[in-house]
Amino acid sequence: MSGPILAIENLSVTFTGGAKPVRAVNGVDLHVDRGETVALLGESGSGKSVTLRSILRLHDAKKTRIDGRILVDDVDVVSLQGQALSDFRGKHVSMIFQEPMLALDPVYTVGQQIIEAIRRHELVSAKEAHGRALALFERVRIPSPERRLEAYPHEMSGGMRQRAMIALALSCSPRILLADEPTTALDATVQVQILLLLRELQQDLGLSMIFVTHDIGVGVEVADRIAVMYAGRIVEIGPVRDVIRAPRHPYTVALLSTRANGGRLTGRRLPVISGNPPNLAELPPGCAFAPRCSKAIDICRVSAPQSQALSAQHSAACHRATE
Amino acid sequence: MNAIGATVVLEPVQRSPGYWATVIRRFSRDPLAVGAGIVILLFILMAIFAPYIVPHDPYKGMALRRLRPPGSEGYLLGTDELGRDMLSRLIYGGRLSLFMGVTPVFIALFFGGIIGVTAGFVGGWINTILMRIIDVFFAFPSVLLAIALSGALGAGIANGLISLTVVFIPPIARVAESVTTSVRTRDYVEAARASGASGFRIVRTQVLSNVAGPIFVYSMSLIAVSMILASGLSFLGLGVKPPEPEWGLMLNTLRTAIYSQPVLAALPGLMIFITSIMFNLLTDGLRSAMDIKA
Amino acid sequence: MMTSPAASTVPALLEVDDLVKHFPIKAGLFGKPSAVVKAVDGVTFQVAAGETLGIVGESGCGKSTTARLLMHLITPTSGALRYMGAPVGTMAMPLKAFRRQVQMVFQDSYASLNPRLTIEDSIAFGPKVHGVSTSDSIGRARRLLDRVGLDPIRFAGRYPHELSGGQRQRVNIARALALEPSVLILDEAVSALDKSVEAQVLNLLLDLKDEFGLTYLFISHDLEVVRFMSSRVLVMYLGKVAEVGPTESLYNSSAHPYTTALLGSMLSMDPDHRRTAAPLAGDPPNPINPPSGCRFHTRCDFSAALCSTREPGLTAVTALHSAACHMADPASGHPGKSSATAAKRVVST
Repeated sequence: MSGPILAIENLSVTFTGGAKPVRAVNGVDLHVDRGETVALLGESGSGKSVTLRSILRLHDAKKTRIDGRILVDDVDVVSLQGQALSDFRGKHVSMIFQEPMLALDPVYTVGQQIIEAIRRHELVSAKEAHGRALALFERVRIPSPERRLEAYPHEMSGGMRQRAMIALALSCSPRILLADEPTTALDATVQVQILLLLRELQQDLGLSMIFVTHDIGVGVEVADRIAVMYAGRIVEIGPVRDVIRAPRHPYTVALLSTRANGGRLTGRRLPVISGNPPNLAELPPGCAFAPRCSKAIDICRVSAPQSQALSAQHSAACHRATE
Repeated sequence: MNAIGATVVLEPVQRSPGYWATVIRRFSRDPLAVGAGIVILLFILMAIFAPYIVPHDPYKGMALRRLRPPGSEGYLLGTDELGRDMLSRLIYGGRLSLFMGVTPVFIALFFGGIIGVTAGFVGGWINTILMRIIDVFFAFPSVLLAIALSGALGAGIANGLISLTVVFIPPIARVAESVTTSVRTRDYVEAARASGASGFRIVRTQVLSNVAGPIFVYSMSLIAVSMILASGLSFLGLGVKPPEPEWGLMLNTLRTAIYSQPVLAALPGLMIFITSIMFNLLTDGLRSAMDIKA
Repeated sequence: MMTSPAASTVPALLEVDDLVKHFPIKAGLFGKPSAVVKAVDGVTFQVAAGETLGIVGESGCGKSTTARLLMHLITPTSGALRYMGAPVGTMAMPLKAFRRQVQMVFQDSYASLNPRLTIEDSIAFGPKVHGVSTSDSIGRARRLLDRVGLDPIRFAGRYPHELSGGQRQRVNIARALALEPSVLILDEAVSALDKSVEAQVLNLLLDLKDEFGLTYLFISHDLEVVRFMSSRVLVMYLGKVAEVGPTESLYNSSAHPYTTALLGSMLSMDPDHRRTAAPLAGDPPNPINPPSGCRFHTRCDFSAALCSTREPGLTAVTALHSAACHMADPASGHPGKSSATAAKRVVST
């Protein structure tokens, strides 16, 4: 039982449904230890959500090509088929989404959905499942849980729905929880509540968690390590403190500096990353960030940089990372 | 601020193909829909030039050569119960059948479109009143409504057209209302309103271009229904009157021959069937060609 | 004591006086309204020429409804709006003239552009409505495109779906500027953008403000961005103004417990001092049946008996800074922050 609970090796995901193949993920290596939280940080189109969804194989198999390996407890998820895949989803790994209304079925009460999820994976009586659902609702701190189990998703407020979805995701005691921007649609005062709840559940239940977010602040709040993604690659990964305080990849550096924190002095402008995120159907030959990078040199436009170790846990994929 | 627009920059800019250009390009890559369109065009051309291409007079019969089977000498598709040339009558029949199928839909598109777009854009109690009136018509099945109206007005081409038009106004108005309602609340309509444009101007410049496509495609899909209804009315003696050649009416008069000459009796029905299928294929092709992000 | 802080020092460009918008929820076809959403319920504030007034609050607080009321996209239930002293919608300030002065940028960059119009036609629409010739309108559109950082040759003839979110939002800004307005209402205008693009657009907005002498109403849920952009900030809660004041004064010494909680919900950005407790429990209450008295009293740490019965008015804390809280008014009879009620609170996540 040693070694990482989840290991992604050289993962590439290409969507072949459109006119041109779109290379959403281009060689991602990532491991998550038991009881560890890793934040996948990136902007839209960085491949962070695609990476996460690949772990549960949520993409349409006909229009997606997945290369590489995704090992969950040494079982390769990429090769799972049919019943084995259904058993795997929810039992070992479960997921929470940005929009709980899409994850919850509007025609069943939240309680029914949790009970159904429990009984699909385990042989327990309806009564026992109901008891577990109630305990879960108490665990995620839903007030008057007995009554809320009978509520339909649309009858709950945004924060309450998010808690209900977390309860549903935890119903079969998974060991890995995947979170896809679960607090992005929430108000600031509710976002903090949900982040603290997730952090507490992760610690109490010993969960391993991958937390996809576009907000560095959210990553800092929940994660042990942060992996920064750009154009389908992890460009920098390391412990939260290292990435936040000593970022080495120019993209991470720029991303941290573009945050509007603190008041503005008259005439002050924010540092910016010029240009727009790359088109994934037409990636440049070298480093994908080179066209927007202020430090780019000739080699950056020709060859894609390999990940370079900066310390035991901290590495960056930049030709100039060690300078 | 005065600098803006003081001099006009009119160097050539790069232009993207517009929405309809894209739709036509996508449509042209759909072989099934293009094929259906060609067949319909062929039928229309045949109807227009009927006098020049028919081998015989479609009205002139002869008792001696009644109910000849298809393939008879001089009569490629045989003769009908009065000895008239079947091919000539089918070609001439296309004139009335296509006219009866297409015209009511386009008249209904005009009136239903105005009613629906008005109700959808203005909203409020005007919407409520217009749509409740429309709902009354929805209470009747379209076939029954067409028969009832034709029956009340009496047989004849004009009355048939009127009753079919009345049948198709409510569904078109309903579709126009729902697409307009969804467009009305879009931010770009709000932005146009915020720039001080009048309601009529907003409808003309912002709304119509976005609702015309869906309403038109829906109306196209009604042409097949309209043709079948028109033929049905004629079959029942409520539309076109003998001796005019019309597919529905021909189906009726030939039904007595169904046991003696089944192939002959089925020919008008086959024409109705082919034409409505072609219209449906054309509509499907248009719909998928228009199903683009822009 | 009602104060109008800005009005005393700088002449107000835009004055909003007791603005109310109630949306009835219809029960049936002819039924009486079964309930009323009190989206905006008595909001008063002034905007001075050249300033940026930030408006913050959570979903359902009425900030977007306020923006639409200011643009007269929806009609207020009651209340008055004055532009340079003239009541909007009267002979002195007709709606069409007002709309030339005040323009808006929406959150959804895609939905706010007509998909069937080219970029330059979308921008030129407003000037054409106001009688500018077609060629002059197009010329203005191209100059504005250039000004917001989009090459007219490449972008003028394109359609919205061909642009990225950041580029589309630049187009929306150009469209809003095409009428040469003096006030721009930015309703969550950068919220949907990626952080790196957001910074570009914020800088552009600052440049344009300096260049054209614009006045901004900057509506956002993002407290950091509001702090960066605004000279004054107005905090809304359930259709009411909770607190208004100069940015640094409000961020550093908030007088309303809701503002304090909102600021306390900002993420730490410090791995060694992560948030350990959430300042507020639960979600914001529903504006259909807002709590009696002070609307915040159900979630407030310092709620006293009078808070549930009497509604606090905006009270001056300092000359320019006021809050709608009984604790800010010594004469209210509120026992103050030291009261035992704070201890009752159960820390909840």
